Amino acid sequence: MLIINCPYCGPRDQSEFSNGGEAHVKRPDGSKEIGDREWGEYVFIRANPKGLFYERWVHTHGCRKWFNCVRDTSTDEILVTYKLDEKKPNLNNFKSVVKTPSGEPEVGSGNFTVEK
Amino acid sequence: MKKYSIFSLAKNALSGHKEWPKMWRSPEPREFYDVIIIGGGGHGLGTAYYLAKEHGLKNIAVIEKGWLGGGNTGRNTTIIRSNYLWDDSAHLYEHSLKLWENLSSELNYNVMFSQRGVMNLAHNEHDIKEIKRRVSANNLNGIDSFWLSKEEIQKKVPIMNTDNLRYPVLGASYQPRGGVARHDAIAWGFAMRADEMGVDIIQNCEAHQIRTKNGTIEGVETSKGFLRANKIGVVASGHTGVLAESAGIRLPLQSKPLQALVSEPIKPIIDTVVMSSAVHAYVSQSDKGELVIGAGTDSYNSFTQRGGFNIIEDTIRAMVELYPVFGKMKMLRQWGGIVDICPDASPIISKCDIEGLFFNCGWGTGGFKATPGSANVFAHTIAKNEPHQINSAFNLDRFASGRLVDEHGAAAVAH
Repeated sequence: MLIINCPYCGPRDQSEFSNGGEAHVKRPDGSKEIGDREWGEYVFIRANPKGLFYERWVHTHGCRKWFNCVRDTSTDEILVTYKLDEKKPNLNNFKSVVKTPSGEPEVGSGNFTVEK
Repeated sequence: MKKYSIFSLAKNALSGHKEWPKMWRSPEPREFYDVIIIGGGGHGLGTAYYLAKEHGLKNIAVIEKGWLGGGNTGRNTTIIRSNYLWDDSAHLYEHSLKLWENLSSELNYNVMFSQRGVMNLAHNEHDIKEIKRRVSANNLNGIDSFWLSKEEIQKKVPIMNTDNLRYPVLGASYQPRGGVARHDAIAWGFAMRADEMGVDIIQNCEAHQIRTKNGTIEGVETSKGFLRANKIGVVASGHTGVLAESAGIRLPLQSKPLQALVSEPIKPIIDTVVMSSAVHAYVSQSDKGELVIGAGTDSYNSFTQRGGFNIIEDTIRAMVELYPVFGKMKMLRQWGGIVDICPDASPIISKCDIEGLFFNCGWGTGGFKATPGSANVFAHTIAKNEPHQINSAFNLDRFASGRLVDEHGAAAVAH
């Protein structure tokens, strides 16, 4: 189970939170000109990387506020959480531990806590 | 063809079981293949098998980053059924169930398919209505499925606590032809027979990047070098999206861990498969006597093959309430598999914008039951460059047209 650092309440147990999927998804402009395919992509397609991922969480059983997060989906390590109005952090600031696209990270999933 | 029989068993017993021939070769990859299948699980190996057997293709490779059946094929709870709501899904899963029924003799390899029946419990008024609707839809599609009263359930599963719990058991749907099979056997059986027809099965060969040129497939970069191919079929479950991305294709998939666990072995106590989506627990008993228990997916995307502890906690809570007799049992192992979930909980078996690139993915939480059927229609799609009638609805275009096959309800466990 994850410990998530809510930007408003501090570190709390994952069971207090709900996941909101990919963050920073932009609704396409010019809805009249856009075809079914682009709409379909906006509605149904979300990033699904193995590695660094921008995502949203909501502190459902706490302050009930939404916030964003960068998590490594190959280890579940949460690298940073930030408020919705803050600029999204540059992913180059973080080290990706996945060496090949489908490969496993050097440290087994979740075991980064042991190293720290 | 290597034949297994009582005589071959006796003969090999005399030589101390040291003379069994290898089930498949381990060749080094060639430079060029007509078809490369990425992913050596049941679906991928089955695809190679049907490509060779039904479509006469010979120059085929299956590449697998680990060992055969080491991904979700070896990580699921092996439940097989076809009681899906919509016609498109019912036809697809029933096609698969029919293949299962004959698979052991077709492959001359025992896949231990045991048709012990599958029960889906109803715990409230809404469940009853939905399940009865699904039973009727199944009957219209010629699928064996009927409604069981509480008393009939008690007779079939006497250990179940039907009344004294928060969500009482009010009835269930039952599919007698459903059941379980041996997960490794399906991968090994397909692998052995595909290998005999000349398919190269290459293990420890990880696909890094799918290369394309002017909208046509060129080949795939792997840990064993670049392999050229006319056609590539990607059947990599949770990692399909990652590979698609390398070819510039975005798929509507989200990868999440789905957990399962097994108990210590006990004497036979439950002789059918019982699933409950409302309280989220499903269970069957393996031939070794272990209870095989399926849990749910985590709410967040992840590629860690373990999953959150709170998910197991929820499942165990429901299990103990439904079967108080299991309360003191010890769990032996727990694991997660990375499933690729589609927005409509239905699979994608489709070609795409790139000539020669095919996807078989999005099976989400219930792909094992579909293994032979999925492989069969995917082989057809690759060989003919167009979908089989059975999988034509499961194309990529449905996410633009809106013609989804919404199976969230029939996916048995609500995820």
